[in-house]
This record gives sequence, C-alpha cells and structure tokens, in this order.
Amino acid sequence: MSDPAIFFLIQVLNAVQYGLLLFLVASGLTLIFGIMGIINLAHGSFYMLGAYLAFVCADATGSFWLALVIAVPLAFGFGLLLETLLFRFLYARDHLYQVLLTYGLILVFEEGRGLLVGNDVHGVPVPALLNFSIPLTATLSYPAYRLALSAICLVVAGLLYLLIQKTRLGMAIRAGSFNREMVQSLGIDIGMVYRVVFAIGVTLAAFAGMLAAPTTSVFPGMGNQVLIVCFVTVVIGGIGSIKGAFLGAMLIGLVDTFGAVYAPQISGMLVYMLMAAVLIWRPAGLFGRAAAR
Amino acid sequence: MAEPILRATGLAKMFGGLAAVRDVSLALWPNQVHAVIGPNGAGKTTLINLLSGDLAPSAGTVIFEGEDIAGQALDRIARRGIARAYQRTNIFAEFSAFENCRLAAQARRQQAIRLFRPARAYRAINEAAERALALAGLEACAAMRADALSHGEQRQLELAMALATQPTLLLLDEPLAGMGPEEAVRIASLIARLAESHAILLVEHDMDAVFNVAATVTVMVDGTVLASGSPAAIRANVAVQAAYLGEAAA
Amino acid sequence: MNRRGLQAVLVIGLAVLIALPVFAGKYDLDLAAKIMIMAIFAMSLDLLVGIAGMVSLGHAAFFGVGAYALYLLSPEYGAANLIVSLPVAVAAAAVAALIIGLLVLRVSGVYFIMVTLAFGEMFYYYATGARWLGGSDGAYIYQRPQIALVDLGKGHAFYFLVLIALAASYMFLHILAHSPFGHALRGIRGNEHRMRSLGFATARYKLIAFVIAGALAGLAGYFDAAQFGVVNPELFGWRLSGAVLMMVILGGMGRVHGAILGAAVLVLLENFLGDLTTHWLLPMGLFIIAAVLLLPRGLADPAAIWRTIRERRVG
Repeated sequence: MSDPAIFFLIQVLNAVQYGLLLFLVASGLTLIFGIMGIINLAHGSFYMLGAYLAFVCADATGSFWLALVIAVPLAFGFGLLLETLLFRFLYARDHLYQVLLTYGLILVFEEGRGLLVGNDVHGVPVPALLNFSIPLTATLSYPAYRLALSAICLVVAGLLYLLIQKTRLGMAIRAGSFNREMVQSLGIDIGMVYRVVFAIGVTLAAFAGMLAAPTTSVFPGMGNQVLIVCFVTVVIGGIGSIKGAFLGAMLIGLVDTFGAVYAPQISGMLVYMLMAAVLIWRPAGLFGRAAAR
Repeated sequence: MAEPILRATGLAKMFGGLAAVRDVSLALWPNQVHAVIGPNGAGKTTLINLLSGDLAPSAGTVIFEGEDIAGQALDRIARRGIARAYQRTNIFAEFSAFENCRLAAQARRQQAIRLFRPARAYRAINEAAERALALAGLEACAAMRADALSHGEQRQLELAMALATQPTLLLLDEPLAGMGPEEAVRIASLIARLAESHAILLVEHDMDAVFNVAATVTVMVDGTVLASGSPAAIRANVAVQAAYLGEAAA
Repeated sequence: MNRRGLQAVLVIGLAVLIALPVFAGKYDLDLAAKIMIMAIFAMSLDLLVGIAGMVSLGHAAFFGVGAYALYLLSPEYGAANLIVSLPVAVAAAAVAALIIGLLVLRVSGVYFIMVTLAFGEMFYYYATGARWLGGSDGAYIYQRPQIALVDLGKGHAFYFLVLIALAASYMFLHILAHSPFGHALRGIRGNEHRMRSLGFATARYKLIAFVIAGALAGLAGYFDAAQFGVVNPELFGWRLSGAVLMMVILGGMGRVHGAILGAAVLVLLENFLGDLTTHWLLPMGLFIIAAVLLLPRGLADPAAIWRTIRERRVG
C-alpha cells in the first residue's frame, strides 16, 4: 500500500481509538441518565480521577497492569459509595439541582486531587509489554499500545452489549428508565440496581481515563475537557441510548481526528460546529430520541 | 349554511407501520356540535390531535376558513381561532384557576400587549378570564390553585381555558369524563349553549349527552369512519349497533 | 415576606448602599461593587431560570462578551468612551445571545443544559487560542472608561454608576416579571405545551428572554472588566456559569430580589473562604452540595429551610 493510504489508515485508527475511549465515557454518562434520570456534571471528573489513580498506582507498583487491577475495583467501590452517600438524594430532584450539586462535586474533586496529588502534569509510561510500534511502511508505524487500547475498549463495548441484551439488569436498562414496577417485577431490588448501574457508569469513565493516561498524559483539565465532548456526543447520539453514544462518539472521533490533520486552524472548533449543525438540522439527535425529560 | 368552517378530507396518520387514522373526512359547521364517538383505540384522540396541530397528518387536508392548516404548528393553528380542551387535563398546576384563564385570554391578545404595564392593568384580559370562569361554573374557585381543584373542576377549567381564548372552533376531547352526574348535566347544557355561537367538535363516551346536543354524529372504529349522520340515523344504524352501541347495551 | 416588608427591606438596602461610601473604606467599597455587579449578573440569569424555567449553564459566555468588548473598545493606554463603550458592550452581548439562542433553543430540558454548557466552553476555548484577545493569559485594561465629567477611575464614580445600574436592572426586571410577557414566561415554565396550544409562539418568547438575559449579563461583564482592569478566558467558562447559577438558586428562583441576596452570599462566602485558605474551592464545593441538599427553595424562603431541616430529622 502506498504511503498516503497508510497515512489515511493511521488517521482512521486514531479516530477509532479516540472514539472508543469517548464511547466508554459517554456510555457511562448515558447509562446513569437513562436509568436514573440524573445529569452528572462530575462525570468528567471520574475520567480524571481514574487517570490520576492509574498514575499513582503505576508509580507505586511500577506496573501499569497491576495499577489497573487495583484501580478498577477501587473506582467501582467509589461509585457505590458516592451513590449511597450522595447521588441517591438526587433521583426525584429537578435537573437544576442535580447540575448544581454535581458542580459542587467537581470543585471538591478538583481541589481534593490538588491537595492529595498536586496539580502537575504527569506522564504514565506505556506498559513494557506494549511499548513498541508496528511498522506499516518504511517510514510509518503505529504504536501497539493504541491498538491494544482500541481492542480493550471493543471488549468492554462487547461486554456492555451482552449486559444490556442478555441479562435481567440489561432488560431493565433497555426498558429505558425508571419504570420501577417493571424492574421490581423482574425480582430485582431497585435500590441495588441504581447503585450498581451508577457504579458501572463511574467505572467506565474512570477506566477510560486509566487507559488513556499513557497516551494523553495526566493533567488537571482533562476531566472537564472530556465532559464537554461527552455532552456533545450525547446530544448527537441521543441521551439514554448506548447505540447513539457509540455512533456519536465515532462521528466525533472521525471529525476531530481528520479535522486536526486537514484543517488544523479550526480543528478545535469543529466539534462545536458539528453540534451546531445537529442542532440546526436534527435537534432530536441523529437517532430521533424522544425529548429529554 | 354556505361553507363548513372546517373541512377535513382523507386524513390519515401513520405511526411506523400502524395506521391510527385512515381516510377520515368530516365537515364542521358553525353553531353546531359534531360529535365523534367510538370505542377505545378508534383513533378519536388522534383525530383531534390532527385537527389541533398536536400531530401532523401523514396525508389529507384540513381546510379551515379557506386555508389548508394541515401540518401547521400547534400555536399557529391556535391563533387562527381553534381551541382545544384535552382529555388528560393539561392545565398550569401551580397557578390559580383565574391565572390559568388569564393566560388563555392573554393568548388571543398578544399583539395588543406592551411590555411594561403590569398584567393586572389589562382589564380586557381579566374580564375575559372572569367570563370564561363563570361560564364554566368556576367563579367560586377562581383563587384556588389549579392542582387543588377536584378532578371534575379541573375538567371544567380545561373547558374554561379553551373558552377564554375566544375561539371560532372548539375541539373538546371527552370533557365529561370523570365528572359526577350533576356536573355532567351542567357541562352538557353549557356545551349546548356554546353551540349557539361556536362550531364544536365533541369527542365523548357519554352517549346520551352526545345525542342530545349533537347535530351530526360520526362513528369511528379502528381508525376510520364507520358511519356518519344525524343522531337518530346513527342510533338506527345496524352496523353501528353491532360494532359499538350493541356492546354497550348488552 | 409580604410585599410591604419586602419594599421596606429594599429601600433600606438602597439607602445603605448610597450611604456606604461615607463610612466604608476602599476595600469594602470594592467588595460592595463586586457584589452589585454579580447581582446584576445573577438577576439576568434568574429571568431565564427562575421565571422562564430555562436552565442555562453557559450564561457566563455573555458576561465574557461584555467584558472583552470593553477591552476591545479601550485604547491601549487610554480610557474607553463610557457613552459609547457601555451600550456597544451590551449590544454585543445581546447579539451573541441572539445567535447562540437561535441554536440552543431548538432543544430543551437536559439537552438545553448540555448545549449551553458546550457553547460557553466554545467561547472559552476560542478565547484561549485567540492572540488578538490575549490568549489564555488574557489582557489588561489600563484605565477605566470615562466621558466628560464622569471618570470611572476617580472617586466614587464607578461605585455609584454600578449602583444606578443595579437599581435600574432590578426595576426593569421587576416590571418585566409582572408584565404579560413575564406571565407568559412563567406559563412557559409551567407547561410549555399548553402555552403553545393556547396560541403563544413560545419560541419567540424564549428567544427574547434569552437575549434580554444575555444583554444584562454583558452589562455585568462590562463593569467587571472596568472594575478589575483585566479580562481572561475564565470569564466565559463553566466555573462562572455554575457559580452564577448557584447564586440564583441560593436566593430563591423567580423572585428578582432573591438573586441579589444569592449574589451577596456567594461573593462574601468566596471572600471569606479565600482568606482562610488557597484551597477555598473545596469548602465552597462542600457548601454548594450541602446547600442543594438542604435548601430546596433557596435562602429567600426561610420557612422552607426550617421545614426541610425538620423533615430530615424526623424522616
């Protein structure tokens, strides 16, 4: 294959990788909103916390994989704790209050991280196992870690798919929202459902942050950055829809990656322009999701 | 009796592959009640939605006062003089009954409003609201919060709000549903009185009330028109009896 | 609090503010001016959130437009023309609100929250990258605006101009809230579908409210830039948008005077906490969380606070 074609392929791989990571975060957000009706501004903070957690653990143990093994359950437990202590008071509340409370939470997370770990930018070394590049041509190669990252995200996406399509919990999720009677008639304790779903949402975002850390490095603003793009993804794909989150994330991955290559001056604004375009032509989102509550 | 005030021709509404309404045509004349009856799921509410603008038809035309309004926006159709009373009460729960009607009365007079006089000062609007409340029999409840009213009173408020916009055509979706017998009689006679100055499309279940006030009755089954004619003719229609009245009588 | 009581409080408050320069030092006066500016900002958002029920998380965008407008209209080492720069800044904010409004008002509810946040961040992002705006470091305004005898850099001119603006904004919004237009907005908040079915062109009403709110936010931004002489992209950002939203809810939504109270509480709290520790955002975040959990109707409704605390103890 010729060099330009390989170059194009590399961009596609980058777009897919970025899109898949974004999908992980967005699916967490959309799960939490779809099931519990909570809009969570602090969702980006989970991504940031996951990344910093991976950094701290990898630094302490010297192994990225070990860091993941420690950090993922920690994130899940943190999600359970947050739901129990805080988020379950938000279920019946107006979106306005959810927004404000989670806004306060962002402040707490940001300052808390600053106090515990500091506000520096950190690199996380790519795990030795994957620290090589796959040569594609004489001059172009692709980092193995990025491929592995995409693969891992695909596996998680697959697991999510299985969860939603094949389990009773998944049935409740597909029923689209807090139809409490239906869920309870399935023999599931609704409180537990909410707690677990919330923790899954948190873990998805945190895990994405952990995976991304070696490629993007770990910096204070990463949470808010991903939150905005995540919101745009959900606006495009329709909130509450995992499928919509996937397609929206892929679209943004492509637009952002190719925009950076072919139109660098406006590449940062492309995502917003895409959102504006969707607002003008398909305000109901690309998948005609019913109006949000 | 020259032209009907509203003529719907070949109305249809598809939801995916399902036809909620198929090939429905009817005409509404001034100062008359046209009743639409039919079993649950017959498409009566969908039909009203198509006329009021809550839904856009998949096919067909709706000529109102000479213009085809099919598919126009909800608020635009309302401004033309078509008012709708909803089946599931659709009021402003936190406002008083009077404020509900005042908003409705204000809707009709939007052009005449200047931004800076307090709402209280607009006597015409307030009087129209009071009149509508009185017509619907709610003067005693004027200051009460709408969600504190009884179900029957809320249905009356629905009606009062529709009246407060001073419409030419009233679309009433089961105004008597859930009302006690005394209230139902009062509202039925109110509707009869309103028919002297409005064109009315009345969707109802209460057979007797309908037969007493309606000039024309259309029977809908499975999304399409089974029969249409005077109340006496409908009563005598064998097919209607079989499909609808027969079940109720049995 | 009944009407008479409220009027009395407002009149007393106004009197105190007028008399303040007599017995307060520069620091306190600056703080008072800052509170008044934030109060204008908060009241403008209250029109959107409290009255029309549109929760915007990007309102700081218009505050920033007003601020940067002053920067752009200020000659490098001179003073901007007050009579020209103030209306232009407000108009710029209004135009920005018109354009953004046409886009974001195509959705509602949760989507509206998200897209307003996103567009606010778009302004922030653009400003960080734009050298002509000073980039991420921002830019300085070396002299306050002036016109003829009025030099905002001298004496108490700035303080009194802001006070006049606050009083004028309050009266404007108060009248608006009680006008048929304001009632229509409340109706939209209560049941937008019913409003449309009655014949209100709700999209138009919402856009007008959005533009008015944006213009007033721009006014506040203008004064903010004039007071501190500095603009930076943070003025567009979500932190400020969230903070002003907090002010609105602290004060109790839909009562225009409540926003003034909310602004005062938050600015004073920020000031107090900032003196205690550089990590003041942490206790501020905790305060916000606690406030949301405990104060469903804001500070301006003390009865509701008492009720909530009692309910939580029992339940």
